[in-house]
Amino acid sequence: MSKLITLEAATNQIKDGMVLMIGGFIDVGVPNLLIDALVETGKKNLTIIANDTGTPGNGVAKLVENKVASKVIASHIGTNPETGRQLNSGETEVELIPQGTLVERIRAAGAGLGGFLTPTGVGTIAEEGKKKITVQDKEYLLEVPLKADVAIIKAFKADSKGNLRFRRAARNFNPIMATAATFVVAEVEEYLESEWLDPDEVMLPGIFVDAIVKGGE
Amino acid sequence: MNPRELIARRVAQELQDGDVVNLGIGMPTMVANYIPSEINITFQSENGFLGLGPVPQAGEEDKDVTNAGGKPVTIIPGGACFDSAFSFLIIRGGHVDVTVLGALEVDEQGNLANWMIPGKIVPGMGGAMDLVVGAKKVIVSMEHLTKKGEPKILKQCQLPLTASKQVNLIVTEMAVIEVTPVGLVLKEIAPGLTAEKVQENTEAKLIISPELKVIEL
Repeated sequence: MSKLITLEAATNQIKDGMVLMIGGFIDVGVPNLLIDALVETGKKNLTIIANDTGTPGNGVAKLVENKVASKVIASHIGTNPETGRQLNSGETEVELIPQGTLVERIRAAGAGLGGFLTPTGVGTIAEEGKKKITVQDKEYLLEVPLKADVAIIKAFKADSKGNLRFRRAARNFNPIMATAATFVVAEVEEYLESEWLDPDEVMLPGIFVDAIVKGGE
Repeated sequence: MNPRELIARRVAQELQDGDVVNLGIGMPTMVANYIPSEINITFQSENGFLGLGPVPQAGEEDKDVTNAGGKPVTIIPGGACFDSAFSFLIIRGGHVDVTVLGALEVDEQGNLANWMIPGKIVPGMGGAMDLVVGAKKVIVSMEHLTKKGEPKILKQCQLPLTASKQVNLIVTEMAVIEVTPVGLVLKEIAPGLTAEKVQENTEAKLIISPELKVIEL
């Protein structure tokens, strides 16, 4: 059965108040068509988990500009001044997490782990509210898993099984997020109708991909 | 020579053949321009690849290849791409030999503040907290004073920390300063300066190295 669905069917999976992960790193590897379609639907009160909030007028920035999210969880918002403005004015709650911790929390959720210990953030405000654990004389912070209701990701190629191949630096958070959400939609540049990716070429197995939306570049 | 070039050239001398190096966005990026040709360095880009190469010619940009600041770069032959979880495995796991970052403040214990000014700029830490904790050697490259002419090398950082006690070396247009268990050791000074002059521009107490010398480029 084909996993190809329409943009409308994809955004119908996202309901007000849900937790949504969005793949990408600034403007690279971002599911832009899905983001545009989501803006059109007028959804509200989402919690968005993404590495960053894009650049003005692009990608995740559109969701911030249109107040789709009541909360943003990211590692960096510096490339989109509007997110900083909404943070400072209190319009949107913004939680900043070190990048390696953010991605590993997502990975932990996808990998069935109860959390992990990281030295990152010890002695900084990133340790506030977290349990500190000493292992072999070194201090670590206990970080807990982070999951989502829906993940929208971007890939280079997909086959009809949903197997994905990413390209260059566009891989980033995409395959990790796909392991940690209940429903996963991949926007792909190329869809292989009647052939398959070579198994060695597959960077994310199709079992993690519920639906595919055909995009352009 | 302009101060930024002097800093970048001096930092480049710290890199050794075979090192894996992550350069922060901004001035640290300039270091790549001054690596001696006989030395082979592998640059890591935390958005997901090893083998970061020069900025491409206009028209040659690849939409999937940027640095961690979102600017177009290249991946040199022999480069390798990976997802963000693996990227931070490399960073946090001690597989990066040197990271070079800018700073808002650095202090005599090697504490670093470079990710936010409360109530003003909150860009987020991005990968900085992981890099500073994970890299084997942390070099701060920055102008010695703030734009207002105030010292940035302090007795104690006032801004929220990026990491506690991780900085190894500070390179400015005035001096090269090593962070040691007994304090900051002034090792080199820029041509035309005196140790007294550097101390006047530094809040933290400097220990003058018996081998104090002039920066040679």
